[in-house]
Amino acid sequence: MTLSLHAPSRRELIAASGILFAWPFLPRVARAEGRDPRLMVVVLRGALDGLALAAPVGDPGWIKLRGDKALTLEGKTPGLPLDGFFALNPAMPNLHRLYKAGHALVVHATCTPYRDRSHFDGQDVLESGFAKPAMAASGWLNRAFGTIEPEARIDRKGALGVGPVVPLVVRGPSPVLSWTPQRVAPASEDTLMRLIDLYQHSDPALARVLQGRLGLMHMASAGNMDALTPAQREQVAGVAAVRAYFAEAAGTAAKFMARAEGPRVGALSFNGWDTHIDEGAIDGRLGNLLGALDGALAAIETGMGPAWSETVVALVTEFGRTARINGDNGTDHGSGTVALLAGGAIKGGRVIADWPGLKEGDLFEKRDLKATTDLRGVLKGVLKDHLRIEDKALASAIFPDSGAAAPMAGLLG
Amino acid sequence: MSTSTDPKFQAALALHRFGLGPKPGSIAAIASDPRGALLAELDRPGVALVSDGSLMTAAKSSMTAFMFRQERMAERIAKEAKQAEQAAMTPNMANAPAPVQAASNDKLVPVKPDPKAASTADTKVDKQPPEPNVQQRIFRNEARAHFISANRADIGFVERLVWFWSNHLCVSADVVPYMAGGYEREAIRPHVLGRFADMLDASASHPAMLIYLDNFRSIGPKSIAGLIGKVGLNENFAREVLELHTLGVRSGYTQDDIIAFAKVLTGWTVLPAATNPEHGSEFVFNPRLHEPGPQTIMGKVYNEVGVNQGRAVLADLARHSATATHLAHKLARHFVADEPPPALTERLTQRFRDTDGDLKELAKTLVASPELWDAPMTKMKRPNEWLTAMRRAMPDLGREIPGRPSNVVQGLQARARLGEPLWRPPQPEGFQDVQGPWVDGLAQRLDIAEIVATRVEASVDPKDLLETTLGPLALPDTRRAVARADSRQQAIALALMAPEFHRR
Repeated sequence: MTLSLHAPSRRELIAASGILFAWPFLPRVARAEGRDPRLMVVVLRGALDGLALAAPVGDPGWIKLRGDKALTLEGKTPGLPLDGFFALNPAMPNLHRLYKAGHALVVHATCTPYRDRSHFDGQDVLESGFAKPAMAASGWLNRAFGTIEPEARIDRKGALGVGPVVPLVVRGPSPVLSWTPQRVAPASEDTLMRLIDLYQHSDPALARVLQGRLGLMHMASAGNMDALTPAQREQVAGVAAVRAYFAEAAGTAAKFMARAEGPRVGALSFNGWDTHIDEGAIDGRLGNLLGALDGALAAIETGMGPAWSETVVALVTEFGRTARINGDNGTDHGSGTVALLAGGAIKGGRVIADWPGLKEGDLFEKRDLKATTDLRGVLKGVLKDHLRIEDKALASAIFPDSGAAAPMAGLLG
Repeated sequence: MSTSTDPKFQAALALHRFGLGPKPGSIAAIASDPRGALLAELDRPGVALVSDGSLMTAAKSSMTAFMFRQERMAERIAKEAKQAEQAAMTPNMANAPAPVQAASNDKLVPVKPDPKAASTADTKVDKQPPEPNVQQRIFRNEARAHFISANRADIGFVERLVWFWSNHLCVSADVVPYMAGGYEREAIRPHVLGRFADMLDASASHPAMLIYLDNFRSIGPKSIAGLIGKVGLNENFAREVLELHTLGVRSGYTQDDIIAFAKVLTGWTVLPAATNPEHGSEFVFNPRLHEPGPQTIMGKVYNEVGVNQGRAVLADLARHSATATHLAHKLARHFVADEPPPALTERLTQRFRDTDGDLKELAKTLVASPELWDAPMTKMKRPNEWLTAMRRAMPDLGREIPGRPSNVVQGLQARARLGEPLWRPPQPEGFQDVQGPWVDGLAQRLDIAEIVATRVEASVDPKDLLETTLGPLALPDTRRAVARADSRQQAIALALMAPEFHRR
């Protein structure tokens, strides 16, 4: 006799990354107007380097800040021109295409009101919608659900469940269901790297063990999967796996939201943007991640199908990174960064920025891109024009103390 | 990692090295006198025992499981008989003239709960694990009691001793699934702060051990059963008692000693379940199986009769000087380092001899030994220690989540995944107690750390976690890595994977 002991599945390892958390109702008002809007919020955890995603190539201070790590319109891998001043990371051709088609825009030099550079607190502010960290156990998107008048409850058959861990942005009094992608999330190479770094100083014996696992991962990403045992393959994940996971998670979530009986408002998150060491904005780690994100956007567009024309995808991160490259060819925690809005409902093809400049004196505390646009205003603009949420609710229940950050007008076309 | 004389450091060290890891507030609670707190735990009445009165004895558990299987088998036989009958009747029916009237009242309609009718919930998502049967419940209840004892203990020094001795005199649930938990409660716990001789005796006369190491069917060649042709002598138990439980390998005994000891132990058996509804699966000395006459073991002649012959040998083995050395080394290796300081082993050996194997005195000697407070923290925690330290540090992990496997099941799964399934050592020498076999499981520990971090990220602050469980033991590098993590989840995973959390 043996008890049946199943090992925890890789599924259980992925945290909430890539899981769609959705409000299980259809919004009544928008439907009464004859619209059927979709809103997908994508939280990029770890603080995305906005300057690496959309580089201010027209700013004379840019090259000075980043030197040979600066993305420009020249060189071996030139950026993709956006509006003459900004260039898009070349890893994101799909976003570029959507931008050109008027289906995507970039908000630059934006951030929540949080300025203290802690991931936890920064994500807390980003997701809670409060002006300061640790003030709420619920998220702004959940409280937004609470103000939308529900119509029919959506059909949850076969797909939506209650997730093991609900991210703060959708946590709260309104019911939330989740959908988990079939594909298995890649192992967290970033955590592994950090542990190896930690062990190397204090416990080399432990470092050697994890280096072995990392070695397997690299074998796999070099295409030598066949040389690995099934157990080894389980442990590894290369760039291709990350790309595939992002695309599957986002694309299938979109397909799900596109269905007539599917949810209309949801959120998911992708982790891994904390690029302290060897950022590799153009052809390294961040470039790969941006490429994966670009693939996810394309998958969302495809997955939404005809519903794409009524879709807004909002991609947000807790804050930006230092304007300069640090001693490890990476960037540290900063302030101003980008937010992306994509979807057929967006009036795209533009970069919205009250550009603060990159001179020493222009930088926040002489190190970060200054945030000149309150991210809450952007999100409020989307909620107002897309889901018809009223100003009063936006300024009180959903984003408390955000009176100064008025809903940004004209984001939707 | 070297140690320090700072009281808080010593408190945290004590909780990891002697205990099962700090709970919130533990470090501060014992910082004024870590040694005193350890000694106080040893003195607490009944500290080693399990208080759960609902647990059955090992023998009773085994009987209950046996009856369950009997019933199930009877049901299956009845069902098969019925099917066979129906199958046999079908062709006859086909050939027979059609019945005038269908006899509707002899048709048996099984009343089965309809799973679809029972729940309108989305079964694909809210799938509940099947209700455990009585056999699974026995094991899980024992596992739960074992886990609760570990989670509840203030420091966990005594639980660590329970684990140590339970592993030293191990049985395996692969062989005795319904007895393994009861064995620990009945043979190990009552004696971890008593005399080794009593523990050895309790272990050797426990049905779980006698079944695990085959002695229950060992028959003396000249015993009554042996003379009527039933065979044979089984040396397994005698050999393991000498090699693993007492003297240690290559400590001077010979194959002849093993055979003689095996003969001494014939008759130490278990009442068959099938014929003893009241006392089945209990230990019994059966004189019909026992080899009569004196036996000579390591030069000493044992003239005792019956069960007392075995008890006399066990008593001598328990106080043998080789046993003292063997156990002292294992104990020192377990609590300090894979290569323990010889002075510590020597001191424990001497104490064992001086006190006639008083295990509480050995525990006190550990507390009083400077090596336990000075030695660098190199000893790698085994998976069950690491998992327990994690659970103790984060009480929120004890919360049951509806629709997910229970904590007991998850605890069992995690131990199995990390290579240390509860009460299932790979061989009679128990789980290895040096780093070698465990260090490669580090990658699996990372998997678990990430699962756990995901589960608690909403309720656990990584910095608090670091203070709770490591406090002054946390290295600056670890603090930095945790502070710089890119998410709360990653920060928690890093804290749980810190080298100083793996080692003690």
